Amino acid sequence: MKIELPDMSLVVLIGTTGSGKSTFARQHFLPTEVLSSDFFRGLVADDENDQAATTPAFDALHYVAGKRLAAGRLTVIDATNVNLDARKPLVALARQYHVLPVAIVLDIPEKVCEERNSSRPDRQGLGHVLGRQRTALRRSLHGLGREGFRHVWTVTLEDLDSVEITRAPLWTNRKDLHGPFDIIGDVHGCGDELEALLAQLGYVAAERRDGFGLDAGPTYRHPDGRMVVFVGDLVDRGPRILDCVRIARNMLEAGSGLAVMGNHEQKLVRALGGRNVQITHGLADSLAEVEAIPEDVRPAVRTELKNWLDERRSHYVLDDGKLVVAHAGLKAEMHGRGSREVREFALYGDTTGETDEFGLPVRYNWAAEYRGAPTVVYGHTPVPEPEWLNRTINVDTGCVFGGKLTALRYPEKELVSVPALRTYYEPARPFLPPEDQAPKLSAQQVNDDVLDLADVAGKHFIDTRLGGRVAVSEEHAAAAIEVMSRFAVDPRWLVYLPPTMSPSETSNEPGLLEHPTEAFAYFRSNGVGRVVIEQKHMGSRAVVIVCRDKAAATRRFGVSDGSFGICFTRTGRRFFEDHELETAFLKRIQSALTAAGTWDELASDWVVMDAELMPWSAKAQELIRSQYAPVGVAAKVSLAAVVDALKTAAARGVATPALAAHMEARQEMAGLYVDAYQRYTWAVGSLADLKLAPFHLLASEGHVHSDRDHVWHMGTLARICKQDEGLLLATPYRVVDVTDPEAVAEGVAWWLELTGGGGEGMVVKPFDFAPSRKSGRPVQPAIKCRGAEYLRIIYGPEYTLPENLERLRSRHLAGKRGLAAREFALGIEGLDRFVRNEPLRRVHECAFAVLALESEPVDPRL
Amino acid sequence: MPRLPPRTAAPCHNPRVLLTITLTKPPATDLGYLLHKSPDRVHSRELAFGQAHVFYPEATAERCTAALLLDIDPVGLARGRHQGSSLEPYVNDRPYVASSFMSVAIGQVFGSAMGGRSTGRPELVDELLPFEVCLPALPSRGGENLIRRLFEPLGYAVTTEAHPLAESFADWGNSPYYSVTLTANVKLSDLLSHLYVLIPVLDEKKHYWVTEDEIAKLLRHGEGWLPAHPDREFIANRYLARQGSLTREALRQLTADEEPDPDEVEAERDAEEAAVEKPMRLSDERVGAVMAALRASGAARVLDLGCGEGRLISEMVTDRTFTEIVGMDVSARSLEIAARRLHADRMNERQRARLKLIQGSLTYRDARLAGYDAAVLMEVIEHLEPGRLPALERVVFEFAKPATVVVTTPNAEFNVRFESLPEGRFRHRDHRFEWTRDEFAAWSDGVAAKFGYEVRRLPIGPLDPVVGSATQMAVFER
Repeated sequence: MKIELPDMSLVVLIGTTGSGKSTFARQHFLPTEVLSSDFFRGLVADDENDQAATTPAFDALHYVAGKRLAAGRLTVIDATNVNLDARKPLVALARQYHVLPVAIVLDIPEKVCEERNSSRPDRQGLGHVLGRQRTALRRSLHGLGREGFRHVWTVTLEDLDSVEITRAPLWTNRKDLHGPFDIIGDVHGCGDELEALLAQLGYVAAERRDGFGLDAGPTYRHPDGRMVVFVGDLVDRGPRILDCVRIARNMLEAGSGLAVMGNHEQKLVRALGGRNVQITHGLADSLAEVEAIPEDVRPAVRTELKNWLDERRSHYVLDDGKLVVAHAGLKAEMHGRGSREVREFALYGDTTGETDEFGLPVRYNWAAEYRGAPTVVYGHTPVPEPEWLNRTINVDTGCVFGGKLTALRYPEKELVSVPALRTYYEPARPFLPPEDQAPKLSAQQVNDDVLDLADVAGKHFIDTRLGGRVAVSEEHAAAAIEVMSRFAVDPRWLVYLPPTMSPSETSNEPGLLEHPTEAFAYFRSNGVGRVVIEQKHMGSRAVVIVCRDKAAATRRFGVSDGSFGICFTRTGRRFFEDHELETAFLKRIQSALTAAGTWDELASDWVVMDAELMPWSAKAQELIRSQYAPVGVAAKVSLAAVVDALKTAAARGVATPALAAHMEARQEMAGLYVDAYQRYTWAVGSLADLKLAPFHLLASEGHVHSDRDHVWHMGTLARICKQDEGLLLATPYRVVDVTDPEAVAEGVAWWLELTGGGGEGMVVKPFDFAPSRKSGRPVQPAIKCRGAEYLRIIYGPEYTLPENLERLRSRHLAGKRGLAAREFALGIEGLDRFVRNEPLRRVHECAFAVLALESEPVDPRL
Repeated sequence: MPRLPPRTAAPCHNPRVLLTITLTKPPATDLGYLLHKSPDRVHSRELAFGQAHVFYPEATAERCTAALLLDIDPVGLARGRHQGSSLEPYVNDRPYVASSFMSVAIGQVFGSAMGGRSTGRPELVDELLPFEVCLPALPSRGGENLIRRLFEPLGYAVTTEAHPLAESFADWGNSPYYSVTLTANVKLSDLLSHLYVLIPVLDEKKHYWVTEDEIAKLLRHGEGWLPAHPDREFIANRYLARQGSLTREALRQLTADEEPDPDEVEAERDAEEAAVEKPMRLSDERVGAVMAALRASGAARVLDLGCGEGRLISEMVTDRTFTEIVGMDVSARSLEIAARRLHADRMNERQRARLKLIQGSLTYRDARLAGYDAAVLMEVIEHLEPGRLPALERVVFEFAKPATVVVTTPNAEFNVRFESLPEGRFRHRDHRFEWTRDEFAAWSDGVAAKFGYEVRRLPIGPLDPVVGSATQMAVFER
């Protein structure tokens, strides 16, 4: 006996005690696929036969079954299930998760069961129970189909040994097909336009057959093996309905096409089957074409048509699950599943039950809430232009209403369309909005106006191209929600947040904590041959986005407040509180980009740059005034008094002279500290007091420039900086071959030169922006080497005292480096997604995650 | 977290903090007996946070000066050598200024003297003697004035010298440190007790967590003088009340390179606003008006969006007509305080089901907010950048969609009536805008029209014929 099970099903075993269900289950299913009521009784009550525990045991069983079904795993329920009351919740469970409920009845004679029970000590005295179960089973047998079981298999004692169970994928599962596909929107009998579109897509017609059958007409094939997928609604309304069906049917036979069912096909099938349906919405046109077939062949064609249309599936899952095609779209939790609800949704969409002023059903915008990974292509509701929204696209451009017939090329995601030759059918609701009402924002941008807290709150994971899966903990997300909400700029601008940067390993050079030798060695031992060393500026990290004009800002960033760019800090705050100053600042950069010809060079009307904005005091003035300056004053005042007191005491001969001598040195350190922080501090009254040093040209239209090396970034930015040297500062840099001792020595010499004058130091980066590494930890995107004097601002005025320096040498970089790598991967991932025009929430979650990771407590001095 | 460095006995001699006490009456060298420290050598002692040294720069019959030098280890402080966690930055004024570390040192090094005991000169212990005290770097959060307010009532003559924050930035003004000289005829034990209590009060920062036994310490060291001090309440409050915020380390981390701890800043700003509005008891009237609007609407299940520390909720919970109350705020710290105030930890199951405090944001759509009868946004919208208001409007009026929405916000026109508010300033420094009556009317009418609500506007607080009420309220009904 052969039993074929759909691979996504809930298998309910039905049989009396002693009928051998558990043995049957063990033979044919994985142990983990089988949920047995006895086992669950044991779990909740420590006794598999404790009938008092039945209710909680089934609660737990249903719960676990639900988790398995949600994940699409075949699940077997091993319980007697002889009563309707027991089966009902199981059928409901299957429906809830859109899998097929299947019953396997073990119809074993009472006598055999009784014998088996008597051989088991825990099943004594069940005679009367068995009798009752047997009666209940008998009563149930015929109604199982009506209860909702899609397949019912009855296994008798004779069959038991010959049972063979196979599993088959659902008909909707065509993950094995990889296309490439051309997905065509609602055709509605527009034969001329369909032929034109197929020709334009490169399909060639051949094997033209005559006659009135469905196999008449040509068969289209693509020389490159591409495949058409029709989104349904081939029929009704238009002038050449049967021709369109024939084209689809012949392509299907030839393997060059697929078609899912539309609601018009379903209704036509009912009409052709003689059911009483209202002849509306263009159904009459289809029936008229059938009537026009010569009488002698008409019944045969009619049957053929009805059967072919009836065999169309609700939807297809294609290309390893990456593509779903359904007539009216499909929610993620319904992909590849089967239930009446799935079919209803796929054919009619998510209707609310209300109707609008044109008498048409009000549709719930399921796509706005779609969070699935697969691309969903659908039709059903005519739109003027196909628009992407959360990885879904509607390609019904209303050809029969005088719009156009559109195909989406997949995986290219290009749209190809041919205009309708004329209006064949007047729509109930005007679907082409007047030109002046054309939306300025895309559907995605309108949808993204408000982000959902559920997309960022709580623990979550983000898959990145460069760093694999990055986890964000709940508490870090909570901290980020607060900072994001209270201080951050509009999320539409916040497409990137910069990563933190780790210093080099601690140097053993006397008097120094950091030295380039360690940075060069780090990259060498991580397989990086060449590095770029860039002068490090002491300002505040700034992300600068500039658009060519306001229209570009609206088009690309979806902002409509008249802004054309922004400058924000590493935690996403607006850099300038003064709006006019910001506008003037951005205007200068915009002019420089224009003068440098960058817009044309990059074929883009926007750029995102990573930069340092000086002076440090422009953003950090509050911090300098409340922390850095007071320490300087306190140290100077206090030490002067101490020196005084010690000198007087030394004159009396009670204090140690060594103590007084040391004081001079300490006083000097306090002075050096004050010099160090004041070097980066100056008053900002106007634009003339600001300097911007960009160092990464992160992204522009169609490109994240993480595939360009740093020399390209430096060179391109230097050309822009040259246009406005009053504001923009090209960063000096060198390329160093870290395997060449001479080059390394030159690099060190340059660092000594930079830091000798009190400079902050330099940043060492691998020559390639994002060097790939197959195994081990990811390579750091940048390592900083800070100068000795600069570090007084970090470690305090007296950090260079030998006893202090010795203790400071023990630093733990691993945490910082892990963060830097993850944040770098997240930053680039966010830009990747932005450049791919993904929904804002997908971009936002990356910036959000960077902010969340930044709340992790690591030593802030690193 | 950085691991603890090995505990080395650091033999550093980098004393930086100084206190000098001079006796100016012959025989001045009796000071040595009073302090139990001989003027002829350096006395060193190991303390928990570093070292203390006592020596005498001068010791003549006319003048004898004892110097107490503190060597606070800055690296130890930052690395958490003494506390087990790194709470202090490396760039830190603590090693250089008179602070609670100084009080601890006084207590440990001059303990007997402070207790009024002297074996060498017991007869001097209760005598009023002419003393001169110098503190070269005394931090005063409250300026020079506060130093005088605290010491002058105790009989000290006070001279102070201020120090500019940075010589090259004159517009930054003065630092919080003063070089202070105090002179008085006073018992040495009292002098030491005054310093012990008042130095941390002026500094307003404690290096250890304030615990219950601090009260006992204050009572002991304030005996005989504190009860009579005109500022005794202020002194007690500052001495006891300043507690560090353990909880918000994450948030502090995020903003460390831009500004000081945002929670501390926010608390300060809240206090400022309360001070501006206080003379009118505006906050009470606001709660009253909002409660009236809620009761009039008949709402039973209500949202307090931006509930802060729970001022409104504490009123709502007393009224049984509210069967479900949800307080939402973006600040985890505010919610913690609200939970404490509302005794959320002591609620039973039924009470817990009635009151929920959740963290959330008004710029993100939030499914948890759907299905309530009413929502209150009391003094909330003005904390949002105007550019983010459209998001808030959709979150509240389109997605959460309660039948009633109550919004209050300051009336900018009224600001001229606040005496303590400088012209052109907002009432709260986190306010991103404050609206006139016309601006609020335009906004609320726009929102009502866009989202299908009716709106009425009501004044809150004293109604001025020219500039209107202090606070304005809009009640939206769907």
